[in-house]
Amino acid sequence: MTSKEKGIAFTLISRQKLNDLTSKEKLRFILDEVKTGKILVLEQGLTPVEQTSLIENTMREIDQDTFIGIEMEGYSEEKTSFLQRVFGITRKPRMTVIGPAHLLKMVRKDNDKIETMIIPGKGAK
Amino acid sequence: MGVFAKLRLSRFSETIQKIFGKKHAKIGIYGPPNVGKTTLANRILRDWTGDIMGTVSDIPHETRRATWKRNIKVENGHSSLMMDIVDTPGIATKIDYKEFMNTYGLSKEESRSRAKEATEGVIESIRWLEDIDGVVLVMDATQDPFTQVNVTIIGNLEARNLPILIAANKIDAEDASPATLKSAFPQHPVVPISALTGYNTENLYSMMVKEFGKKRHKKR
Repeated sequence: MTSKEKGIAFTLISRQKLNDLTSKEKLRFILDEVKTGKILVLEQGLTPVEQTSLIENTMREIDQDTFIGIEMEGYSEEKTSFLQRVFGITRKPRMTVIGPAHLLKMVRKDNDKIETMIIPGKGAK
Repeated sequence: MGVFAKLRLSRFSETIQKIFGKKHAKIGIYGPPNVGKTTLANRILRDWTGDIMGTVSDIPHETRRATWKRNIKVENGHSSLMMDIVDTPGIATKIDYKEFMNTYGLSKEESRSRAKEATEGVIESIRWLEDIDGVVLVMDATQDPFTQVNVTIIGNLEARNLPILIAANKIDAEDASPATLKSAFPQHPVVPISALTGYNTENLYSMMVKEFGKKRHKKR
């Protein structure tokens, strides 16, 4: 696991920053950050297909002694109206929190609220 | 209803299915670890072929390789659907070998090996999503349904326009709440079942034929 530090790093990532990256770059960026022990709050989360790819990439990079995986929690995608769909406006992912599983734990989640817990004693590298 | 009327109805149903429905579908049984996917796969196989799919255990990630059986004919009254059933390893975002040691008493060596195989199993499950026509998403009716794995799988299948049938499993448990599952995912059919006792599986089979027999255009 990561070495003990005084604090825990939270990084808020803007919609703009992620929009400027391709899906592949986005997933690489997220995994690299999370593997250093950072907790990311994405203003606009990942699409379900990107989330699935992130899980797959995470599994490829699990190291049993240093990285056991991720905790990822976000709201379901926004629903679009019939008219929006007619004009090709697709559903947009919403705010998502992603962190290393040894550090971040989901407590409770429903349609409106996500409660997470930071596991004390383990900060970012 | 008379014999001739029944016969006419049967032929009518078959004709409708021939025109508008599928005859064969590859169905994946998906879900997080330990929700009863293999128990359900065994139940389906036992009921329709007399066979079984795999071993079950209380320890998560018992199924670490996808297994499948071909040409299982599931009937629903006058209609039926031939299915290939794929039992997939549980999808998770994290796998910690220490959980197998501390919670389930496995040795360190066994735990590390199980964890490694489990990560490969998750990748295999995700890969199978490319190749299936519909999913029975198994959820534990005693647990909070709003897990990211459930949300991610549903979102992924919706993006691919694949039919989803949610099996609210473990309904035989005292604290099961299938109503919570229904309200969490109102956009998809939810069938409360006990894969262990077989409770309400008839209804599940009927829904499988109905939902997976429809023709759809998959998005890749």
